Amino acid sequence: MKLSLENLCINRASNQIIDGFACSLANGEALVITGPNGVGKSTLLRAIAGLLAISFGTIHLELDTGETLDGQYVREYCHYLGHKNGLKPSLTAAENLRFWQQFCGNPVFSSGKALDKVGLNHVLDTPIGYLSAGQKRRVAIARLLVARKPIWILDEPTTGLDDNSAKLFSDIANGHCKSGGILIAATHQTLSLANARKVELQPVDKGAFA
Amino acid sequence: MDTQVTNTTQASSRLWSFANPSRFLAFADRTIPILSIATLLLFVIGLYMAINAPEDYKQGSSVQIMFVHVPAAWLAMMIYTIMACSAIGSIVWRHPLADVSIRAAAPLGAAFTLLALITGSLWGKPTWGTWWEWDARMTSVLIQLLIYLGLIALSRAFEEPSEGAQPLAIMTLTGFIIVPIVKFSVDWWNTLHQPASVMRFDGPTMDPAYLYPLIVMAIAYTSLFFTLHLMNMRNEILDRRIRAMKMSVARGEV
Amino acid sequence: MIALLKRDTLTTWRSGGSILTGILFFLSIIVLFPFAIGPDTGLLTRLGPAILWIGALLASLLGLDRLFAQDLEDGSLDILVMQEHSLALMVFTKTIAHWLVTGLPLILTVPLFGLMLNLDAFTVGVVALTLATGTPAIAFIGAVGAAVAVKLPRGGMLISVLILPLTIPVLIFGIAATYGALEDPAPFVSPYLLLCAITLFTAVLGPLAAAQMLRHSAD
Repeated sequence: MKLSLENLCINRASNQIIDGFACSLANGEALVITGPNGVGKSTLLRAIAGLLAISFGTIHLELDTGETLDGQYVREYCHYLGHKNGLKPSLTAAENLRFWQQFCGNPVFSSGKALDKVGLNHVLDTPIGYLSAGQKRRVAIARLLVARKPIWILDEPTTGLDDNSAKLFSDIANGHCKSGGILIAATHQTLSLANARKVELQPVDKGAFA
Repeated sequence: MDTQVTNTTQASSRLWSFANPSRFLAFADRTIPILSIATLLLFVIGLYMAINAPEDYKQGSSVQIMFVHVPAAWLAMMIYTIMACSAIGSIVWRHPLADVSIRAAAPLGAAFTLLALITGSLWGKPTWGTWWEWDARMTSVLIQLLIYLGLIALSRAFEEPSEGAQPLAIMTLTGFIIVPIVKFSVDWWNTLHQPASVMRFDGPTMDPAYLYPLIVMAIAYTSLFFTLHLMNMRNEILDRRIRAMKMSVARGEV
Repeated sequence: MIALLKRDTLTTWRSGGSILTGILFFLSIIVLFPFAIGPDTGLLTRLGPAILWIGALLASLLGLDRLFAQDLEDGSLDILVMQEHSLALMVFTKTIAHWLVTGLPLILTVPLFGLMLNLDAFTVGVVALTLATGTPAIAFIGAVGAAVAVKLPRGGMLISVLILPLTIPVLIFGIAATYGALEDPAPFVSPYLLLCAITLFTAVLGPLAAAQMLRHSAD
């Protein structure tokens, strides 16, 4: 499996945010995107996840079967963890995870097992609304584990996590890469990922457009 | 004079001691069985008297609906008054038990109002020939039901119950305006429903054969309400404790 | 999809108040009419079906703005649109779930409110039937509005303005079928079949349009 991004350009409100981003990731590879605030990390991630239109450039995914998928189908192979957790406050952690498992398909871990991995087994039957911000984030990370998707797109995955949980997260992320998954993350913190490539986004030179 | 002052302070401190939720729970645990038995006895006596009340020469046996209908309608007003008093307690002293009292009383108030409306409707069919009429009393009671239901919806709308205490109390007080409207609607608008015949300034105009069973039934209803109110308040307090325990479990403290 | 249906009904059920609020709103509208036109029983009985229809129509619009807004706020919408399921099917399921917890309770309360407007059992049955057929159409049309307004602050007001004109055909045929069943010369079958047609038509077109809208607004 190989994900290739070629010459990605993204405009928002007639401002060019991303100009000519290119990258290629194979099985087990991770990419960490850094850069100052407002440089377009989230925009780039959302575009890869198919949530944002690309103005120019292509996204391809080459499957192990030799098939090549176009941009709009790539998102079906992605887990996206944005700034928001995608959890319903009135449902329990287990109910939330079970829902995403059924909805996303390809079940892997049971919700209990996934919560174990983020060290939250005791909140299984607690409504999400009762949890702290860091705990919610950890349940959201557990969501990545309940259904199998080869590509993980994570936007600031460790926001609100303490050191211990951040370590649990890197174990999970490394495990994902080791099992042949692809990982793209944007962050300000160090994620301590094994064999991760780092890209620092630079602000687009506005001169050409202004 | 002095003794009087001490007496009142003692009385008020005794009153305040029930305001502590744990003491309240102990008080409720002791009182509920007694009240339940009293309610049961009162209902047995009241219903016996009501069934044996003479038939009305115009309405026949349907007059006996009165013994379930009228006390329910009184209770609907009394419960709202209790809620309004609790609301003052909740606003002025910000006491959690006052808030619990409003929350516990609202569903009961709605239930008694609904009972009054339903029995009234059942009574109306044989006497007025219609289930429902947009008469001043019935309409104002219906609006009272709407207010009760609105307060129930409001009390459930807050994720954290303590945040809802002030809005709920203020809305409860605002809604109190309906109680005098319900009470005097029969005098202000002279429509189908008969005017008051018991709670009048010049004394009741009802025949004792009807009046006594009615009074017993009214006491039975009141006793029923206080039993259920105490039970409901206990539930609400326990519910909040469970919630707090769940939260501490979520934080990993247990 | 069944998982989504279950989740959506469960979240609305758990959040408690909203089902009660819908019914209360419906009841309040019905209570307003006797005040506005006077407590004339004959007149109210004749207008009863129309009052119930207008009440149900307005009450169904009440919670529509939350249809997608809630999922947008907690970030679920992003994940929902990324899956391989057809987006229109997703919208269809969400709309059905919404109707189950908002539209259906209204229909179940119709017999009670019908009594207050002095309607006989047959009339109540007819109104309940036409409402059960027509209110899903309102929800499907509303889904388009909800998808348009999902990104807008104060979208709730806008939805009502956008949607109300579009629901007029539903109202026309719903009322025509109701009075068709009640009054002799007017036909019942043809307006009722047209009402069914509108519901089926919107059940297909509404989700498709809303899906397209969500696709575009996903940035």
